[in-house]
Amino acid sequence: MSSAREFHLRTPLRDEDVEALRIGDVVYLSGTVVTARDEAHELALEVLRSGGTLPVDLRGLAVYHCGPVAVKQADGSWRIIAAGPTTSMRMDTVEPEFIERTGAKLIIGKGGMGKATAEAMKKRKAAYAVFTGGAGALAAQAIKRVKDVYWLDKLGMAEAMWVFEVEEFGPLTITIDSTGANLYEQYMSEVARRAKEVKRELGLPAEE
Amino acid sequence: MSLLALTESDLTGIFYEMVKTAATSIPEDVYRALKDGYERETNPLAKKQLEAILKDIELACSGKVPICQDTGTPYFFFEMGENFPIRLGAINAAREAVRRATKDGYLRPNAVDPFYKKNSGDNTGRYIPWIHVDLVEGNDLKVWFMTKGGGSEAPVTLIMSEPILGFEKLKSGVVDTIVKYGPLPCPPVIVGVAIAAGGDMALTLAKKALLRPIGERNPDPNIAKLEVELLNALNKLGLGPHGFGGGLTALDVKIDYAYRHPATFAIGIVTSCWATRRVSAVIHADGSWEMTSRHLRYTGSGCTILR
Repeated sequence: MSSAREFHLRTPLRDEDVEALRIGDVVYLSGTVVTARDEAHELALEVLRSGGTLPVDLRGLAVYHCGPVAVKQADGSWRIIAAGPTTSMRMDTVEPEFIERTGAKLIIGKGGMGKATAEAMKKRKAAYAVFTGGAGALAAQAIKRVKDVYWLDKLGMAEAMWVFEVEEFGPLTITIDSTGANLYEQYMSEVARRAKEVKRELGLPAEE
Repeated sequence: MSLLALTESDLTGIFYEMVKTAATSIPEDVYRALKDGYERETNPLAKKQLEAILKDIELACSGKVPICQDTGTPYFFFEMGENFPIRLGAINAAREAVRRATKDGYLRPNAVDPFYKKNSGDNTGRYIPWIHVDLVEGNDLKVWFMTKGGGSEAPVTLIMSEPILGFEKLKSGVVDTIVKYGPLPCPPVIVGVAIAAGGDMALTLAKKALLRPIGERNPDPNIAKLEVELLNALNKLGLGPHGFGGGLTALDVKIDYAYRHPATFAIGIVTSCWATRRVSAVIHADGSWEMTSRHLRYTGSGCTILR
């Protein structure tokens, strides 16, 4: 792959911001990022399905699959000390509806997402980006402020909905773009092809 | 210090140091392997990932904050000398050290009751921290602490092979596991593999194999050869850091074994993410102790490996 293109974006993201992105591009994001993992997705959808509104309007924002380590300061404010991404596939079954109902423009996580999510992204002009898994301290460094936290009592620290103000948050690698292209799907078929060669070299019988 | 001077509270302090070091400071061998990989990598997306990883490691070390927000499940492996003065107290001390490290923000509370969905809030609970004790000769307590992220636990594989096909299934099992889970366990990974009579034995030994430093080969030359063969095979897959391609898919493959039963050939396969957080120490009966693993340390001007 040739050298990656680099973008510096700010929320709220517009359709044209997202439409310019292609798989393999690297993004550094500034503005508002809202965390949601398994339970926050479920709860948010429950609220939206019953006609309610979320504590924060997600239109144009980035939703981050993340359960941070947060420490309460003496003045009562929160400091985030580690905030890398969690595995996105766990949210794959509900993400299409989540994108549809919230209008979030960028989903950030790790490990990639599936076909239905890619379809929803194509339809709603959204994209999925991978933040370096495990890089919790690096992520925390880009989080300048905790603007709010919702559902903390109900869901706990890791599952709560945190609203972060971030500056140059990244590197975020686009692996699903608004055309529905999926980088991991392409890479993983190449890895599977190489696995056959590797197995032959290990003296393993050819697969039927 | 007299033999009676070592107390449970001293042990708690030592274990706390170990937990804190593991959470915030990567072992030397892992750091070197990642840095070498970064210097050799030519694929721009893969290089970007390794660059972010190295930056993260340095930030965690200088800020004394967790390397990864998933501070994992805590594991202690004890090799306890039968004449070491504190035994049951060592178990209590391990639990207390984890509790304190959680309270101080080095560990995220990750212990959840599966039936009641309740998070204990301090990383302790039924069987957590997981403490594996081997009773050995002598007066010392050797301790390994590892904290292992949830994502890297997903690929754990147990194969109950027919003995005739054992080594064939071991090799294909390792390749298939890494291909199947792709970017999910945060590659470059360390792979632990073990053969045993029972499934529980194979998985425990595979997990313990992850404790050996990168580059240290099994002393048996045939096993060492298999480790290298599998490591090279995995690095030809082109999966790379976070699945973005490139040459560094696995940092190492570690193999161990127990004698098996004539009818069984259990194969345990366990992966650890790039953020392999482990620390080892030896504690003497008189209360003196040394950390036996080396870690990236902050010196005031930056992070470095202390000689």
